[in-house]
Amino acid sequence: MDWTKFFSVLIDGIQLGSVYALIALGYTMVYGILKLLNFAHGDIYMIGAFIGFGVLTFFGGPLSPDLPLAPLLILMFAIAMIGSGFLGVAVERFAYRPLRNAPRIAPLISALGVAFFLENSALLLFGSQYRQYNGFELIGTGGFYIGSVKITWITVLVVSSAASLMVALILLVSRTKLGKAMRATSFDQEAAAMMGIDVDRVIVATFFIGSALAGAAGVMAGLAYSSIFHFMGFTAGLKGFAAAVVGGIGSIPGAMAGGLLIGLAESFTTGYMNGTWKDAVTFSILVLIMLFRPTGLFGKPEIKKV
Amino acid sequence: MAGERPHPDVPTPRIGADEWVSREQEHREGRGGLTGRALSLIERIPPATWLVVFIAIAAVLPLLMNTGDLNRYGLNVALFALLALGLNVVVGWAGLLDLGYVAFFGIGAYTYALLSSSHCFTETTCGVHWPGWATIPIAIATAALVGFLVGLPSRRLSGDYLAIVTLFFAQLFLTVAAQGDRVSALGLTSGVNLTGGPNGVPDVDPIRIFLIRPTTVEAYYYFTVVALVIVATALWLLIRSRTGRAWTSLREDALAAELMGMPVNSLKLLAFSIGAAIAGLAGAILAAEQTGVFPGNFNLAILITIYAMVILGGAGSMAGVVLGAIVITVVFEVLSPTTSPEKLSLLFYGVILVALLVKIRPWWRLAFVLGGTVVLGYAVRVIAHAVSASSTEGEVVSGGFVGDVVELLVVTPAQPGNWPKYAYIALIVALLALTRLDGWRRTLLIPPTLLLAAFVWETLLVQQPTVTRFILFGALLVAMMTARPQGLLGKLRVEIV
Repeated sequence: MDWTKFFSVLIDGIQLGSVYALIALGYTMVYGILKLLNFAHGDIYMIGAFIGFGVLTFFGGPLSPDLPLAPLLILMFAIAMIGSGFLGVAVERFAYRPLRNAPRIAPLISALGVAFFLENSALLLFGSQYRQYNGFELIGTGGFYIGSVKITWITVLVVSSAASLMVALILLVSRTKLGKAMRATSFDQEAAAMMGIDVDRVIVATFFIGSALAGAAGVMAGLAYSSIFHFMGFTAGLKGFAAAVVGGIGSIPGAMAGGLLIGLAESFTTGYMNGTWKDAVTFSILVLIMLFRPTGLFGKPEIKKV
Repeated sequence: MAGERPHPDVPTPRIGADEWVSREQEHREGRGGLTGRALSLIERIPPATWLVVFIAIAAVLPLLMNTGDLNRYGLNVALFALLALGLNVVVGWAGLLDLGYVAFFGIGAYTYALLSSSHCFTETTCGVHWPGWATIPIAIATAALVGFLVGLPSRRLSGDYLAIVTLFFAQLFLTVAAQGDRVSALGLTSGVNLTGGPNGVPDVDPIRIFLIRPTTVEAYYYFTVVALVIVATALWLLIRSRTGRAWTSLREDALAAELMGMPVNSLKLLAFSIGAAIAGLAGAILAAEQTGVFPGNFNLAILITIYAMVILGGAGSMAGVVLGAIVITVVFEVLSPTTSPEKLSLLFYGVILVALLVKIRPWWRLAFVLGGTVVLGYAVRVIAHAVSASSTEGEVVSGGFVGDVVELLVVTPAQPGNWPKYAYIALIVALLALTRLDGWRRTLLIPPTLLLAAFVWETLLVQQPTVTRFILFGALLVAMMTARPQGLLGKLRVEIV
């Protein structure tokens, strides 16, 4: 067996998986609180990628940046995260909040409407051409070797920043007052409201955090896979959604595991089989998992109250 | 913005009371005013009347349109209505979230195409040309069988988990359809061209059912309408039967239905199969009518469109989903690139004007808005001209009187540069702000928003009708859902989560 190939495919999978996991987190957090499948989430990721690209271009572009690398990257991430966060809050405010007591399928259609709107607005504003982040020009093709397996700096950057964002999220949810309020709201919205939790504020915070993570994922995808375009959110959103469900939707560790699993499945299919079948194989694996664990890897079986 | 005031769209449930109880008054009264009266009038029309009116309009439609328009408005509406009726069985009646529906449409189309065309499976097996009376039932049966198989996980999965598994199935189908031109069993056998790959299956035979041999658009239109009427009648009888009532109770509360002794699993599988069968029929008609099947006919955008029709029309109401199919198809076709920009402009300004006339009361407020628009528009144009002469020398798309008015009021730069894009973002912000404001603040904001809209329309939107149609479609979905979440003809009901 060719271990070098095996490990580089593994590392590719982890890198791709961290991007998917960040997207999946947004899905899962929103679902946990509102029981809403936010189909516009993939497009918020796309807008995040474009905001990051805008910042990059504003400071001279990838070939001759005006700033040193570290502050430039921090600025790109920060502005993309804040921008997507506010976009997510706006989407919640205008497309979902009026439907809070509506039949459950109504916000789903509203979400699809937002997705159409964002995708095509991006097409209108940015055009249909692919934009180049040129991550390898910006950060360099360098890296380090473990044995004969090369790990590029981009991979290090993507995986480590994704990991630190996830750790921050876990700390936020488990240690802070806001996290406690989020957990309470997700457990029982009405009871949480009676305990004096401002449910609206919690929902806004959830959307902001979830969308900011998606924005960060967008910048990472731009850096790691170089080209971004208006339709990139659709497939990525689908994969993120799949990751969230496979991990057990509503569960934060589940979304991370699901994202990683999908990234690995995809990269191993591409590495060892025909690349054109990667989606089919990935989805078949997921269907099998769902059939054996109907509520996902980390999901708790639903207890029905009558 | 007043922070403490609860938003009028969100009824705050009385804490401690069941939400349905706390909103009881609202449910009993229905809506007041002209809209409310119209809605209650519509509700009282018996279903048979709907059917007769529909058939009458459908029968005379070809006399009123040329062939191109009949294809775009008539045939498309009928096909999508068929698809929406099928999806309504699964989503509206049985309450199962089936996101793989578009695959059944595709399976019907591909089955028909493979059995009645010049398609070559291998070098030697070529051109199976079975007649329509054999292929259409086979296409329907295949779709129903696959629907049954895809429905099997619904015995264990529910809600969103079922949705994702069916969505994966749709993705799987799309991949196979687009890549299946050299299928071999694990690389052992020689490749079989199963689906024609990205090129699809061309040269599909027209339908031949004994003496029924449609070849023209008119004939296919009538064929589809007849199929639609038959399916609709069958479904109407079905929903009033034991099975139909059982589906409804399954949708309302699966657990309670099971406790009442209903065969929940068989009911779910039946709903899946019937929905899939109808989609298969629609697929077979599509394949024969466009004399070919292509992977692009069955993408997720189509799935979303069918869902939008069902939800927008009102899931569960047959007249509603057909109405949804009509509204969305017509909106889509009107905004298609084949409609001339002048017509589109006329429509755009016309809709805005009508909306203003209907929405703004009393008259003096309307007069203020219109007058304000004229004064502000003229002033801005004069200032813009003074600053840079070229900023008013651009072309106006609309002709005639509307064109003259636009030319008088709206800044139309010859070289707009990036301004339209900034204006587009500003327009979105202004529109969103309009939904939050009320009273005189709103009245003040309307004239600049109108001018901004006209500017964006002339310099950006009308140049790219394809993009514009999706933007407007998306915005329309959000606006209509927030205005009427239960759909146009749907009924509000208690949801047990």
